[in-house]
Amino acid sequence: MIILNVLPMTLEQGLAYALVALGIALTFRVLAFPDLTVDGSFPLGGAVAARLIVAGVDPVLAAAAATLAGFVAGSLTGLLNTRLKINSLLAGILMMTILYSVNLRIMGRANIQLLDRPTVFSAMENMDVTRYVPVILFFFVVTMAVKILLDLFLHTQYGMALRATGDNEDMIRSLGVNTDNATVFGLGLSNAMVSLSGALVAQDQGFSDVGMGIGMIVAGLASIIIGEALVKPKSVFRLSLAAVVGSVAYRFIISLGLRLGLAPTDLKMATGFMVIVALGIPAIRGKREGKIHLRGV
Amino acid sequence: MLELENVIKVFNRGTQDEKRALDGIDLVVEKGDFVTIIGSNGAGKSTLLNVIAGTHQPDEGHVRINGRDVTRWPDYRLACYIARVFQDPTMGTAGAMTIEENLALAERRGKRRGLQWGVTAAYRRRFREILKILDLGLEDRLKLATGLLSGGQRQSLTLLMATLSLPKVLLLDEHTAALDPRTAEKVTLLTDQIVRENNLTTLMVTHNMNQALKHGNRMIMLHQGRIQMDVRGEEKKNLTVAELIAKFGKTLKDETLLSCDS
Repeated sequence: MIILNVLPMTLEQGLAYALVALGIALTFRVLAFPDLTVDGSFPLGGAVAARLIVAGVDPVLAAAAATLAGFVAGSLTGLLNTRLKINSLLAGILMMTILYSVNLRIMGRANIQLLDRPTVFSAMENMDVTRYVPVILFFFVVTMAVKILLDLFLHTQYGMALRATGDNEDMIRSLGVNTDNATVFGLGLSNAMVSLSGALVAQDQGFSDVGMGIGMIVAGLASIIIGEALVKPKSVFRLSLAAVVGSVAYRFIISLGLRLGLAPTDLKMATGFMVIVALGIPAIRGKREGKIHLRGV
Repeated sequence: MLELENVIKVFNRGTQDEKRALDGIDLVVEKGDFVTIIGSNGAGKSTLLNVIAGTHQPDEGHVRINGRDVTRWPDYRLACYIARVFQDPTMGTAGAMTIEENLALAERRGKRRGLQWGVTAAYRRRFREILKILDLGLEDRLKLATGLLSGGQRQSLTLLMATLSLPKVLLLDEHTAALDPRTAEKVTLLTDQIVRENNLTTLMVTHNMNQALKHGNRMIMLHQGRIQMDVRGEEKKNLTVAELIAKFGKTLKDETLLSCDS
């Protein structure tokens, strides 16, 4: 019974946050770049969308603008790393920290309510069916569309160069690819997806909050780890599928945990432990080959 | 074709570890030349290739290809002229990507990469044909990740990738040194075949005197960042390992170099 009760919310959140998992899969797994910008670019998407919607901009356009803002933020992290030679982790942390102030400036305060504003979900409020049905369908379509576009892109000439950049940088440079530019573009693309997720989640939950990105990377990593245990990522198609499946599975585990008495305040700690256990067990067992291989970690 | 003029490269300049890796190299390689390069450890062989490929930039001097000054070009820009095979077989291919994807990456060496489909049917047909040269059965395993191949298979594939889009200059950096003797022999024969068929201008670094004498039409010996010997044509053909050792054995003092097995 509990399972059935948590299912709709699990699907809604899992699919909504799957775009974050896809973005993290692109940086950590494909580019082998541990990008921490995500904790800042997710609320950036929410902030941009909320501010624009309050200013009377069409909610779809607002989401598009948020996506663009995420691309810029990710590219800047890439530039810090490739042009200024700042360590990849530090570049992400710097950007994440800077974005906190930027997000406050964009919103003018710590959060913006959207409950009485038009959003992409407004039309779904007064349907005959329960709100979950159209909302889940919407997130499913958007997430799968982004996943398929990402799959296709990674099989184009430039997309393959991007994969090779994460796989064997020396080799692809010797084949004529400016890997610095590829890294900048890849980070931009990843954070564009993350910001789009932020923009849609803010519209779905009816508010944007400056703190809504805290712990987003760890949650995304947990999703990817769970997803890769369920769907062996032997190809690009399966890698992105693992991110989507993992995101839903992660939200399912979390909802179940909450129903069984996990305090909401302990959520991020529980997620952190989940990642530590998944990454750490092979080391404790002393088996190298069994290690869940997360490139970029 | 390839011209080096007074190329100097110093590492750790101004410190106790200062090393003049290249100490005034002048070298003109003609189109179609197959130059073997020998020298002891630290003689500057790899640095020479790194400077030509743009991985390192020289402190002084010039590098020209087809008369064009490419001294300050970064490695990825030089890719339109130069292809390279490294000693470590894992360095030449993207291990998580398939055989056909690696070949498609190599096919577009130095060309613009856009949003066109990466591995087209036409590419695939061509790759299947070309892979038959290797005689490893790889033409039937296009969708296999290269990380699953053996070192020899991977190095053979790398060699094919390096020559796929006919580079102006082919650099081979001890590309058989990490392979077992039998595989090394096969890759060496394959190298000869591909270089000859396509008349590629080639520089091959080797630790092995026999290999250096047996292959190519010209041999240079590096010592302490300088060209100590430069033989070509008939003179090179008639040179023997014994003569080389008699002449340079004392200065070189490098057992790996003096090995005569191929």
